[in-house]
Amino acid sequence: MKAKKFPKWAAAVAVLAAALILILFFLQKLLMPKYMSDIVEGNLVEEYYQETTDHEVVFVGDCEVYENFSPIEMYRDYGITSYIRGSAQQLAWQSYYLLEDTLRYETPKVVVFNVLALKYNEPQSEAYNRMSIDGMKWSGSKIGAIRSSMTEKENMLDYIFPILRYHSRWSELSSEDFRYMFHKDKLFHNGYYMRVDVRPAEGFPEPEILADYTLGSNAMSYLDKMRRLCEDRGIAFVLVKSPSLYPYWYEEWDQQIADYAEKYGLDYFNYEKMADEIGIDYNTDTYDAGLHLNLSGAEKLSKYFGKYLTETYDLTDYREDPEYKQVYEEKIQFYEEMKEAQYEELEKYGEIISY
Amino acid sequence: MEPLMEILKNLHPDVDFETCTTLVDDRIIDSFDIVTIISEINDEYDVVIPAEEIVPENFNSAQALYRLIQRLEDEDE
Amino acid sequence: MLFTSYSFIGFISAVFILYYVLPKKCQWPLLLIASYIFYFIASPSYLIFIAATTVSTYLVSRKLENIKTEQDAYIKENKGKITRDEKKAYKAKMKGKQWKWLLVCLIFNLGILAVLKYTNFVIANINGILEAFHSTNELSFVNLILPMGISFYTFQTMGYIIDVYRGTCKAEKNLFKLALFVSFFPQLVQGPISRFHDLAQSLFEEHAFDTKVVSYGLYRILWGYFKKVVIADRILTAVNEIIQNPEVYQGGFVFVGMMFYAFELYADFTGGIDITIGIAQTMGITVTENFRRPYLSKNIKEYWKRWHITMGTWFTDYIFYPISVCKPMLKISKFSREKFGDGVGKRVPVYLSSFVVWFTTGIWHGASWNFIVWGLMNFVVIMISQELEPLYRKFHHRFQVKDKKWYGAFEIIRTILLMSAIRMFDCYRDVPLTFQMFGNMFTHFDITAFTAEAFLGLGLTAADYLLLFICLIIVVAVSLTEERKGSVRNLIYASPAVWKYLIFGVMILVVIVFGAYGIGYDQSQFIYNQF
Repeated sequence: MKAKKFPKWAAAVAVLAAALILILFFLQKLLMPKYMSDIVEGNLVEEYYQETTDHEVVFVGDCEVYENFSPIEMYRDYGITSYIRGSAQQLAWQSYYLLEDTLRYETPKVVVFNVLALKYNEPQSEAYNRMSIDGMKWSGSKIGAIRSSMTEKENMLDYIFPILRYHSRWSELSSEDFRYMFHKDKLFHNGYYMRVDVRPAEGFPEPEILADYTLGSNAMSYLDKMRRLCEDRGIAFVLVKSPSLYPYWYEEWDQQIADYAEKYGLDYFNYEKMADEIGIDYNTDTYDAGLHLNLSGAEKLSKYFGKYLTETYDLTDYREDPEYKQVYEEKIQFYEEMKEAQYEELEKYGEIISY
Repeated sequence: MEPLMEILKNLHPDVDFETCTTLVDDRIIDSFDIVTIISEINDEYDVVIPAEEIVPENFNSAQALYRLIQRLEDEDE
Repeated sequence: MLFTSYSFIGFISAVFILYYVLPKKCQWPLLLIASYIFYFIASPSYLIFIAATTVSTYLVSRKLENIKTEQDAYIKENKGKITRDEKKAYKAKMKGKQWKWLLVCLIFNLGILAVLKYTNFVIANINGILEAFHSTNELSFVNLILPMGISFYTFQTMGYIIDVYRGTCKAEKNLFKLALFVSFFPQLVQGPISRFHDLAQSLFEEHAFDTKVVSYGLYRILWGYFKKVVIADRILTAVNEIIQNPEVYQGGFVFVGMMFYAFELYADFTGGIDITIGIAQTMGITVTENFRRPYLSKNIKEYWKRWHITMGTWFTDYIFYPISVCKPMLKISKFSREKFGDGVGKRVPVYLSSFVVWFTTGIWHGASWNFIVWGLMNFVVIMISQELEPLYRKFHHRFQVKDKKWYGAFEIIRTILLMSAIRMFDCYRDVPLTFQMFGNMFTHFDITAFTAEAFLGLGLTAADYLLLFICLIIVVAVSLTEERKGSVRNLIYASPAVWKYLIFGVMILVVIVFGAYGIGYDQSQFIYNQF
């Protein structure tokens, strides 16, 4: 039988379409922000997929997790393997979908959620949405994250084809955009963003009086979804509030979370109230005057929290596992090198420049 | 025909109305000219050229215009 | 659905595919359904208005047709039985009947347009008068909806019914076909204002997929998006910055704003029309051209024959001629000729009807004094140049410059400047401010104010300026080529196949990468949507 002859122009159009798609793919890679030397937080979500070993503890949440807990410190002290799937201004629904995404790859024993983001009940900012979501691999979880996060002006297509969002960067392209088109440097330590500099906490403005202290029902529903997701998979779910002085965490909010934790038999720790016990000194343990902890503060908190984890849950000490030992030796080396490099910069310029 | 040629010549002395058949198409006469022509034809021949007759076919040449006048005169009687 | 929205591009893609996949007899019904969906998405309440215009026009057009049939039958039947005078009287009677029906249709439909568009303008003016007389009474504004594109489709439909009345166009028998003519979605929002006999044939015909026609349409669409998205939406930032802060941007920057607006309006409006005509062309439908490289006009009269052509001819055919050649006008003309001489007599009809045309053109563009003054400024300039014509002719004759290239360039630039200056009424808040800023342009002109920082303060980066400059060169080059050698698409199509595809591909990439759309830029409405 003779095949139906395909018109010549159709073949040409197919070639043109293929060429266009290829060029657009490269252009998209080129135009997407790389976040290598500036706003490095944009790379947090993506780096997770490079992990070769599983984790028994997974953190989700905003800057109060990825700047305040150091998984490397917890490994050194207790042999705990953990990963922080944090991102800048990660909202409750993004935490949920990032958790869902993580569970596609591994099932940890403990999931830790930092409750600060529950103060937001609606999508906030397009820029932060992109930083939390662009790095995710495609899955139902990513689509869910996009749907729940979009602000009024956003469009699903801008996520599916990021070139539609970032094409305006054509005039700001730098050598960095070419260098990191397909490969990016490792920047974080199991999702921890290291800073060694110190800026003592000063006073913060008095907290505003709110009309209503009830945490939003949308945000709370995602807390509930996370709890149920963990329950279904047999994972312990722990709530924490990091010891950051600002943004303000109201007593009324604290009470609602405490009540929620009690209702479902969860552990909830407000480390802000326990700062003295942990040994946090806001004169030396924060790098931006009390908003986020620096390395010293993060290591103190990790020691304290790691102790709770090992005592409460049946976690494996991976310091004795040869495979993990090898992987983590490398991680520790990277950790120490960065620490040293940051101290060097601090000495040289009086501030951290490249991290 | 003579008075019509007179009207046209007065308007555009430099145009050869005997032979030109693209007065409108080549934008030799514009809408202002057409209005003037119609008003002078009204004076001269006592026919009213209604707006719906203002189409390029009727105004492209002196001949066509003359035929239009005759037709309208005919209907008028 | 804006032309530049993702949903519109999805919408036309779906319509395009269905158009060629469905049986050919479904083609025009598909377009009707698509047009009504398009309008429904804009706002369900709009449908009532467009349907009312369609149905009323349909009924009247049938009535006009019936009267004509009745008349023909009567004359045929009584051939030889009635005298010439009787026949004439009968004809006049029937024409009068038709006229009454036409009037009903015009009043009803133009009435809808007038009430929706101008009620609040009238109220504002009445309040202004009341205030002037220190009255404390004030009328309150009413909240009316203004259906998208109503100015365009109302004019298009009224043009149709007048044509039927005049007998230059046969009344459409199928209500749904007429409905499609009124609502055809690519031209619903911003024109062109089509004539029934121009559009009908290709609109209702069955079309087989023709690669040449489709690719011509696609080139046209891409060229439109290029002008709209890469140029107009980019420069809009700077235009808005200047015209919304008249206290900051004075002197030379008034001029900069004026020229930027000229470029922006051109790119936005001709780009939008290119998209419209291109979409229609991909479906084998021919829509009348609305522009013929207007910025290459050598005088303002020529400009108005090349810019927004379908609007210009509408006003000429349905307002200018009927007024200037109606019997009372001929009488006035005759009277003034006898009283004041040939010159005045000749001018009276032209001046009077031109005044009406430009007043209505102004108010058609928008219910504000800005537009009315804009229209009348056009009237004034056209009349002055008309009066100066003999002088020009002498000048050209004496100095033999008419054929010189530089003189042609001078005429073109003069026309662009003149039109751009008049268009300032489009930009500034009100009429006094516009006059003030026009004067300010000369009194506060200061060349030292043109610093790099000042230009970067308009919201465009150096890269944007560079890109706009390149775009300007491309647009000028394409316009000059079209002026001299005809359609650029013909040239592309005649070139080797590789070029055809390469140009197509590059155009897509340019629009995607350099288009000022998306979150990084704020989307702007087509300027002509509001009219």
